[in-house]
Amino acid sequence: MARLTINGETRDIEVDPETPLLWVLREQAGLTGTKFGCGIAQCGACTVHIDGVATRSCALPVSAVEPGQQIVTIEGLSEDGSHPVQQAWLALDVPQCGYCQAGMIMAAAALINSTPSPSDDDISAEITNICRCGTYNRVRAAIKLAAETASASQKG
Amino acid sequence: MTVATLSRRKFLIGTAATAGGLSLGFHVPFAAQAEGSSAVLPEINAWVLIRPDDTVVIRIARSEMGQGTLTGLAQLVAEELECDWSKVTTEYPTPGDSLRRNRIWGSFSTGGSRGIRESHQYVREGGAAARQMLISAAADLWEVPADECSAANSVITHASSGRTVTYGAVASLAAQMPMPTNIALKAPREWKIAGKPLPRLDTRDKLIGKQIYGVDLTLPGMLNASIRACPVFGGKVASFDATAVSGMPGVRKVVQVDDTAVAVVADTWWQAHSALNALPIVWDEGPNTNVTSETIAEMLREGLDAEDAVVGTAIGNARAALDGDARVVTATYSFPYQAHATMEPMNATARYTTDKCEVWVPTQNGEMSLAAAAEASGLQIEQCEVYKLHLGGGFGRRGNYQEYVRQAVKLAKEFPGTPVKLIWSREEDMLHGAYHPVTQCRFRAALDAGGNVTAFHMRISGQSILWPLRAEVRETGRDPVVFQGLSDGGTEGAFGYTIPNLLIDHAMRNPPVPPGFWRGVNLNQNALYVECFIDELAHEAGIDPLEFRRKLLGDHSKHLAVLEAVAERVGWEKPAGDGIHRGLAQIMGFGSYVAAAAEVSVTDGQLKIHRIVAATDPGHIVNPAQAERQVEGSFVYGLSACLYGECTINGGRVEQENFDTYEVMRMDQMPAVETILMPSGNFWGGVGEPTIAVAGPAVLNAVFAATGKRIRQLPVKNNSLGA
Repeated sequence: MARLTINGETRDIEVDPETPLLWVLREQAGLTGTKFGCGIAQCGACTVHIDGVATRSCALPVSAVEPGQQIVTIEGLSEDGSHPVQQAWLALDVPQCGYCQAGMIMAAAALINSTPSPSDDDISAEITNICRCGTYNRVRAAIKLAAETASASQKG
Repeated sequence: MTVATLSRRKFLIGTAATAGGLSLGFHVPFAAQAEGSSAVLPEINAWVLIRPDDTVVIRIARSEMGQGTLTGLAQLVAEELECDWSKVTTEYPTPGDSLRRNRIWGSFSTGGSRGIRESHQYVREGGAAARQMLISAAADLWEVPADECSAANSVITHASSGRTVTYGAVASLAAQMPMPTNIALKAPREWKIAGKPLPRLDTRDKLIGKQIYGVDLTLPGMLNASIRACPVFGGKVASFDATAVSGMPGVRKVVQVDDTAVAVVADTWWQAHSALNALPIVWDEGPNTNVTSETIAEMLREGLDAEDAVVGTAIGNARAALDGDARVVTATYSFPYQAHATMEPMNATARYTTDKCEVWVPTQNGEMSLAAAAEASGLQIEQCEVYKLHLGGGFGRRGNYQEYVRQAVKLAKEFPGTPVKLIWSREEDMLHGAYHPVTQCRFRAALDAGGNVTAFHMRISGQSILWPLRAEVRETGRDPVVFQGLSDGGTEGAFGYTIPNLLIDHAMRNPPVPPGFWRGVNLNQNALYVECFIDELAHEAGIDPLEFRRKLLGDHSKHLAVLEAVAERVGWEKPAGDGIHRGLAQIMGFGSYVAAAAEVSVTDGQLKIHRIVAATDPGHIVNPAQAERQVEGSFVYGLSACLYGECTINGGRVEQENFDTYEVMRMDQMPAVETILMPSGNFWGGVGEPTIAVAGPAVLNAVFAATGKRIRQLPVKNNSLGA
């Protein structure tokens, strides 16, 4: 049994404690927006937020997550796709196949939360997710656009 | 060919031929109504459904895997339909429906950058026919001649009376209209929807976690499976001890699949995979345990000098010219195995009963998936159906090679009536690819005193993708796909350089590692080989690489035009920045002309790619925004291969099992990319693949400019760039 707070909702889930958080999210919680890519925390497709920190969920046993910790998945980033990162992604039409994009968006949202005006070096260092379609340059542009939008709305 | 007489065997052959790269022609675009289709009313024709609320559903047979084909093909239909683009959605027809309707949607094969260039004619005709039928319906309603009515933005207008009606209001009537026999298409210069940089239709769901990929499918009561095939190519299952895991949580069954694999079926995938990891399996590793990258390289080296080779292109007498007293330059290149490494691992979901087999799968060729379902289920093809799901990357892996479908069906047969979803682990995906084939290439070229290339022999030695797929290739040793970009003329991939004595030949050598179509296919290494060697010749001749190519490309103005475009944009004639060095490359492939210029620096042996300028002339461009993304993205695929990509073989198996050892390009290595789209009209070339091929050679030629070192054995990571 694991008690988890996912997208603001506390749930008791019957599961082997060694199960990676990714598979609990996908198979027990029914949240398939978070993707399986590698299983060894290499590609970032499984990125979620735990207490606001971008975390690769595929190699993290669910037992390592405390009941009070806030897990946020792509489904919970905003209610309606209105998060500045999602809006920037939409404005620049970033995704191609889209499979890595939920992880990219979650990693980007955590980055602009911790570093409101990320430099190119910040982006290169923090966004290490793999995209095989090759969206990297548009991801970079969208992160900058999202950072601008987010800081403008805070000032406004 | 009608459904009644279409034998399963014929279908299998037909789909194999299609997927092999040479598509069957399109058949009877509007057969549905002639046959009295049972399809629901708002279907105007096979391509277009219109609901009473004016929503337009456009059917797309090709698969969306990121390349934007859903949007691009819909733009072509909508253009001729004259519909309101804001009301357009898309849906996939099923391969089973297509078969029942006499293959009304044509080929489902999505590869070879063919989606638009092969189907633009018939999808536009589908849109135009639907428009004419809608207009006829309105004209009937108003009792006026159809030619007094016109359509725009989903509204039909009768000019003289000013009456209007929306498409949705006359859709049912339009569906009853006779098929137009005279369908005229717009000239591309008249396009209002096609040819425009419209946003993709499928973006929003990808931003909120709502897009359903194959791995995401959930069906009521579904079981989940993880599988492991013998990691050694040609090996089999000797034994396994199911009792060791049968009591583990959620485990339903341990199943041997064919001779080669064992799967665990459980309530959840993680349970299945955990049990599979704990399952003792003994492999009979078979005949290939002594195969290594070195034995494969040796096998290919022998082919470089072999007497016996298949000629691709021969002009003049290159051998004689090279045996004379000319100055001869030689070089040998090699390109290793590559994994597709789609972000979404291979998967398929199947439900089997004694009279029906259904498969849900992300596939590049729904008809191949259907054929695989029939074969694995043992049912008639008419009893099978495939529902296509969105692909988390394809790149050629999900076309011809449908083993995950066959496996899923065989697992589902163990649980009649219950759906079983099979997901491969990343390790399974990397160990059982359809790998970009290995080749080596030896050049011998003769230069005269004026720096002219008087003779050129390119010998390719290595693997054939078609060899496992086609009997005639096994019989003749001739695989036309080997010569991509090297043809003597033609519309697919003409060799651009005019050389009086030219010989391009292939010694086929097939190691026991399964080869496959891999985005860009053989154009990738052919362009790399040729463009790096042309750079070598320019250097040997003491002539600027652009000038050297200009002389050789004089007969091929489109090849030259894209090269000139990137040279001009990168500022070839002007000095580069401090420590920055440049390289060029051009090629024709997949019906398009492409070129790239790269700017790199090498500091303390570390390569940094600063900027790439790319140009492409694909004739017509249906969505410039998506074409730009394809060019940009293709460099990530091409440069990942050039810089890092390598599956090494040891003990008859691939050594790289995951992204920790199979390196790919990430954000920090991504250069700025500037794309020049220069469609010159009058032909239809592909977009998704060709530019991959010029990324590598442009970079390698820049590396030479920076270091004086020629990288001839790929990937770059195995070479020292330091002093």
